[in-house]
Amino acid sequence: MADPMRIRANMVGDKVEVKVLIAHEMETGLRKDANGNTIPAHFIRNVTVTHSGKTVLSAQWGTSVSRNPFVHFRFKGGKPGEKVTITWIDNGGDKRTDEANIAA
Amino acid sequence: MDSKRRDVLKAGGGASVLALAVAAGLLKPGEALAQEWNKSAFDAKTFADTVKALGGGGSTESKDIQITAPEIAENGAVVPISVETKLPKTRSIAIMIEKNPNALSANFDIPDGTDPFVTTRIKMAQTSNVYALVKADGKYFHAVKEIKVTIGGCGG
Repeated sequence: MADPMRIRANMVGDKVEVKVLIAHEMETGLRKDANGNTIPAHFIRNVTVTHSGKTVLSAQWGTSVSRNPFVHFRFKGGKPGEKVTITWIDNGGDKRTDEANIAA
Repeated sequence: MDSKRRDVLKAGGGASVLALAVAAGLLKPGEALAQEWNKSAFDAKTFADTVKALGGGGSTESKDIQITAPEIAENGAVVPISVETKLPKTRSIAIMIEKNPNALSANFDIPDGTDPFVTTRIKMAQTSNVYALVKADGKYFHAVKEIKVTIGGCGG
């Protein structure tokens, strides 16, 4: 199981600003190891962010998103203390969900 | 230890919900875990092909899309790119790197209530044009910016 995500959700005016750092190798499938064997692609394909049952951001990713991906975005309608939930699924079917409380 | 156990429980719970969805015929088995992922768009090599694979007939250049990124990225493995648009009814923002092996890097769906703004970090093989493709009000618009790369991010 992958390491936890680091999530920060803060109120900025009337919006919630979310910054997420995901621990994932994001292997492209183009690199070779020391013996010249291709390292198989291993990367996150879907990311979904929800708040009170509503999707506030969803993404499809390819192999060219950087290792340990970072995402920053803003949405309306959140209040301090409420939860933001983030789920990712990679091409191997591994998934992870983490949540964070919105800070004032 | 405890957190791992929790993860297993969580994963188990998720799987059974998915199994129920499959049984109920809500999801086809193959799609249950994979979710929606536009393979043809991510396999496309050029900007024009990617736009087509995403379902657009073409794209118009727009001054209402702003790409914020360094002029020169010293390390191609981590290039911070920010896209913001003033176009009304923005539904999605995609980031494409013209000279990467596959152009499309990421495609973000922007629901109502979410700002048409996103920042992420991407890998660049070499100096290239970077496109931000925005779907707004059913049409596609784009902006382009060249980013110079000193050390490529896909080597090895």
